[in-house]
Amino acid sequence: MKLIFDKSVPGRRAVRTTDLALGNPIPIDKKMLRDEPADLPELSELDVMRHFTELSRKNYGVDTGFYPLGSCTMKYNPKVADLVSQFPGFADLHPLIPQLPGGEVMVQGALAVLKETDRMLSEICGMAQFTMQPLAGAHGELTGAMIIAAYHKHKGNKKTTILIPDSAHGTNPASAAIAGFDVKTVPSNEDGVIDVQALRAMMDDDVAGVMLTCPNTLGLFNHHIKHIADLVHSVDGLMYYDGANLNALLGHCRPGEIGFDIVHVNLHKTFGTPHGGGGPGSGPVGVVERLVDFLPTSVVCAHDDGSYYLDYDRPRSIGYVAPFYGNFAIILRAYTYMLLLGAEGLTRVSENAVLNANYIMTKLKDYYDLPFDKICMHECVFSASRQAADGVRAINIAKALIDRGFHPMTVYFPLTVPEAMMIEPTETESKETIDTFIEAMIEIAQQVKESPEKLLACPTTTPVGQLDETLAARKPNVASLGQSECPDA
Amino acid sequence: MPFIANTDQQRQEMLAAIGVDKVEDLFANIPPELRCKGLDIPPGLTEQEVRKRMADLAEHNSSGLINFLGGGFYDHFIPAALNTIVSRSEFYTAYTPYQPEISQGTLQAIYEYQSAICRLTGMEAANASLYDGGTAVYEAIMMALRITKRSKVLVDDSVSPIYRKMVKSYTSNLGIDLMETASREGLPDRNAIADQIDDDTAAVIVQNPNFFGCIDDVTDLAEMVHARGGLLIVSCYPISLGLLKTPGEMNADIVVGEGQSLGMSVSFGGPYLGFMATRKKYLRKMPGRVVGRTVDAKGRDGFVLTLQAREQHIRREKATSNICTNQGLCALTSLVYMSLLGKHGLAELSGVCAHKADYARELMLKIPGVTIRFPERWYFNEFVLNLPMAADKVIRGLFNRGLAAGFPLGRYFPEMNNCLLVAVTENRTKEEIDFLAHSLEVIL
Repeated sequence: MKLIFDKSVPGRRAVRTTDLALGNPIPIDKKMLRDEPADLPELSELDVMRHFTELSRKNYGVDTGFYPLGSCTMKYNPKVADLVSQFPGFADLHPLIPQLPGGEVMVQGALAVLKETDRMLSEICGMAQFTMQPLAGAHGELTGAMIIAAYHKHKGNKKTTILIPDSAHGTNPASAAIAGFDVKTVPSNEDGVIDVQALRAMMDDDVAGVMLTCPNTLGLFNHHIKHIADLVHSVDGLMYYDGANLNALLGHCRPGEIGFDIVHVNLHKTFGTPHGGGGPGSGPVGVVERLVDFLPTSVVCAHDDGSYYLDYDRPRSIGYVAPFYGNFAIILRAYTYMLLLGAEGLTRVSENAVLNANYIMTKLKDYYDLPFDKICMHECVFSASRQAADGVRAINIAKALIDRGFHPMTVYFPLTVPEAMMIEPTETESKETIDTFIEAMIEIAQQVKESPEKLLACPTTTPVGQLDETLAARKPNVASLGQSECPDA
Repeated sequence: MPFIANTDQQRQEMLAAIGVDKVEDLFANIPPELRCKGLDIPPGLTEQEVRKRMADLAEHNSSGLINFLGGGFYDHFIPAALNTIVSRSEFYTAYTPYQPEISQGTLQAIYEYQSAICRLTGMEAANASLYDGGTAVYEAIMMALRITKRSKVLVDDSVSPIYRKMVKSYTSNLGIDLMETASREGLPDRNAIADQIDDDTAAVIVQNPNFFGCIDDVTDLAEMVHARGGLLIVSCYPISLGLLKTPGEMNADIVVGEGQSLGMSVSFGGPYLGFMATRKKYLRKMPGRVVGRTVDAKGRDGFVLTLQAREQHIRREKATSNICTNQGLCALTSLVYMSLLGKHGLAELSGVCAHKADYARELMLKIPGVTIRFPERWYFNEFVLNLPMAADKVIRGLFNRGLAAGFPLGRYFPEMNNCLLVAVTENRTKEEIDFLAHSLEVIL
């Protein structure tokens, strides 16, 4: 399909601007102006509509079909939440208004949304207070790591190490490292959870904190978690909860009550906001009481009369992590979601997410290796080792699923399982959908034995086949530069 | 309303298949003493109730003020076609495009976005976007530190104070020598920078137009920085690039900025879009997702996420950044916006903003006691006025007339208590500008 730039026709126009004084010379020194306008496409509105409609048809979203991408919680995104985010009272509200003298009274509705979301997330996670500022999950991790650093600095602790299990998301070690910490990896034991013996051996005065997901990336709840927290607290370390897997625990278990001090949640996972093809997300961070002073500036607070204000006078705060108050339009959607579900609905979410995952695990374990054969939480991890022995790897199974109308599961993660296939159905999928997926997976397992070559050719139903990623990385072509294109670019 | 499809009957069938009696049995791994005793959250509401509740909250916000607030975040006109396109759920409800065969829509759009950003900024390579303009400045600084293997950074104080605060938070534990240079008469002071730059300086960071709205040609600064082996980072306002000389033409090494003005509403602070572009030689040092063009076995063109060896899911603690998401939907929004405006549309829009701001400035300068703060400078669509009294007081007075008249600079620049930063977009009509000038005159 042609690039949008290649469809350009000189002289064609879509949107026009109101023309105050347009004929007059530009009131800026010519030396400050560009010689040629930016070489953007020249198209009609219909050209643009057709181009992007065609592109959208080459995509696959949750609204298209089953999306069991492990660790990503691809649940249905309620449409009313999108509608609310477009209310002019929210969408057209300039973020600098509350920084104007007398401006806070003009944004009380927005501040109420932020404060109420904080209260609800605090209740769900067992935290004292949340900041809504972090703009994504990994951004929440970075904020959390900065809070860990600020806490130890305040206490005069000289601690430089963060411990992270080998099964963790790659963002955990990356976030800890860019916050200035050294990262040490803790191995998992034969049960698939963090090895407490190994952790104890690594625990010394240099440990600033431990970052964990719970349940972990294998979908397993570590019943030694309280013990681990005690161990970490015994050296004045902090327990960081990566909320990627919170969908398993809503209303059933609160990270704060099992010993975690800092939590980030992914609103785009657990709280039903759209993933948008890779963002925008939102990663609010909650902390226990003794860490509240370190939260980013500003903090939404309530006056005695119930009205809200933004507190910028926070001497121990880690400072600004976002320009304003977070990805507000995403927070609005999550707030709307929580209002719709209520306590009961949120609790049902986790029950059904866990039920759906265990159902898939049970139905497929005769066909695929299951490294940890026990009740799982919201996701389960198979290994395609058996199939790989016949020449069909996890990636081939993923591509075969595409031809059968499904989005693949996550493959090759967690790193602790060879040929990993991580399946997270979420609570919003029906038994019929899941049964169809199970049948497809069984059919693929059978085809591995009968005609593996057919699977290696997948996908065949898509606009393109398997793409040459080596070429893409070796000779990167990351932009079409148009007029200014140099021959070697 | 938990959006759960399965019926009790189906749940029973599934439990039977698993071999347990009740859902509760699936949570047996959580020790009983760690179980939650219930949530203190109100009962769920119907969609109808929620819409009413949210409409009420929205009404508690004064979004209807006539807006002359900018400061890096602008209410530009958003064409209807844009929302229709970005609301398509094939884009909206998809994940990061890890499976390229069923993500060519997102991938090609991001490639086109990267291309459009390069064309707009005059650079050669762009990433798939970052969270916002402020985190983009921070990521650019980290990138410059990696490239030069140096440890000192100079940020001019005409760069957004919000971004400077963000950078300060992020770098406070990293042993970086972060220094601010004092601007002079509204522009980065060449002498001050020349005094502070040395052979350990990784980068100099400027903004154009800067926080005061002043336009600069930083070609000489690029030369000065390059002579010391450092990089020039320029943060810019994309709408202004419809008219202004590009950072690429001025020999910047890394160009970043806030992309909100390209079709995103101000939405009380987000989501926004951080863009980043650079020279091709620095491509592999750039943070974030990057989409590349390649072919499949049959020779068909296609797009993939590329250069992933830089990223956290491969490199873990040695990654160039921890960033995992891009702002996919916001990047798409900006691409659709730039496509709808087009080559001449963006230039025209940019011209209208400059004209309207010029009109507003001239009108307000006729008010006795009102002067322009930096008379020697050129402006795009934002400028600083000196008022005969505290700008805070003026703002309060104009609120009563339904005007958000601008941003009082005293909050971030204590010596500028009487200064008001005024922004004018194409959304402001002549009548509204006249009303602002008239109201200001009445108040003063």
